Amino acid sequence: MSQNFSIGDRVRVRAAYPPGHVRTPYYTRGKEGVVMGLAAVMANAETLAYGADGKPDIPIYRVSFPQTQLWPDYAGDPSDTAVVDIYEHWLVAAGGSKT
Amino acid sequence: MRRHHDMGGLVADPVVPSEHDYAPWEKRIDAIMRLTTGDGELFAIDELRRAIEEIGPGAYDEMSYYERWITAMTNLLLEKRVVSVDELGRKMAEIEARWKAEAAQ
Amino acid sequence: MSDHPQPHPFQPDIEDSPFTRYQVMAESVIELLTEKGVFSADDMRRTLERIDAITPAQGSRAVARAWVDEAFRARLLDNVNAATAELGIDAGPIPIRAVENTADVHNVIVCTLCSCYPRMLLGLPPDWYKSRAYRSSVVREPRAVLEAFGTHIPDGVEVRVHDSTAELRYMVIPMRPAGTTDLDEAGLAELVSRDAMIGTAVI
Repeated sequence: MSQNFSIGDRVRVRAAYPPGHVRTPYYTRGKEGVVMGLAAVMANAETLAYGADGKPDIPIYRVSFPQTQLWPDYAGDPSDTAVVDIYEHWLVAAGGSKT
Repeated sequence: MRRHHDMGGLVADPVVPSEHDYAPWEKRIDAIMRLTTGDGELFAIDELRRAIEEIGPGAYDEMSYYERWITAMTNLLLEKRVVSVDELGRKMAEIEARWKAEAAQ
Repeated sequence: MSDHPQPHPFQPDIEDSPFTRYQVMAESVIELLTEKGVFSADDMRRTLERIDAITPAQGSRAVARAWVDEAFRARLLDNVNAATAELGIDAGPIPIRAVENTADVHNVIVCTLCSCYPRMLLGLPPDWYKSRAYRSSVVREPRAVLEAFGTHIPDGVEVRVHDSTAELRYMVIPMRPAGTTDLDEAGLAELVSRDAMIGTAVI
């Protein structure tokens, strides 16, 4: 299936807060990162969690966030990062809509 | 809304690198998971995660890891009508009585 | 409040018992599912044997091979499940990704949302990995958490935290320590601790 993002793309995690089963950590929402690569193309955990078949499969990206972007008061080395696997439907191109 | 299981970055106690050897009852709960999830099985691992999240903030932190698992798996088995409340209640009473009798011997 | 490994002492409906309500629930579920033919007593026995058979030594073997065999290292980085199968290790159906420590990057693994862990390769996770303290802190102050394990990562080395949020698992390939050129593969494997493959330790 086609993928909307490529390695090196700057992306932002949608600042959405739906109830229910979500695999996008709260601390990444609304934050900007860089696509490191495609982690997998997999069934959607958000629907699998309620007994559906999880189809269609969705690209999941490894997104790298500078720790200083996640935590303004980050005390470690400025080069430190967190890498989080995020489903494509949670990502927008950085600079795009916040929701 | 931040849900209670979604804890990355929250202020927490210092990490203590503690561990224990898993007890047989914990491994048995792990085995139930392995035998009930996956293709063609009773529920998806994502459903188990969802059911664990639904345990609720207070109980979630009060229970140990495998206590959360068996609570969530039992709820899923009830939801999916694999077992009924009545048969579960009777079976639990039977096992409790059996174990108490064994302990008294 | 952190996870506590032992059954907690407050059991209002089974007082003075050597067992907890949760243990009774577990055994009830096992007996009911066995009676209904979902699995057999034999399935349960075999599954328990398999749980006991999976130890971090499986991952240690794979790391040691990667240290001595450049082509294997590339295959391990490409696909852990396929590469470990070459060693006769069944890493299960869930894809595992290996991330490699270098002079410039130190990797550490967490699952902030639940407690995902490469259990089919490394066995059951340690308690601290599942604790609220670790899950909350390691993404925000990884260096302080690593210090709690006696692990100091120098400034200038990137600490890269991997949060296993999807249906993927991670393992760390630690750096081969200096002064180990005369060790054979089995000797090297003995150096590779579980915590080094989670990333909370270096070797």
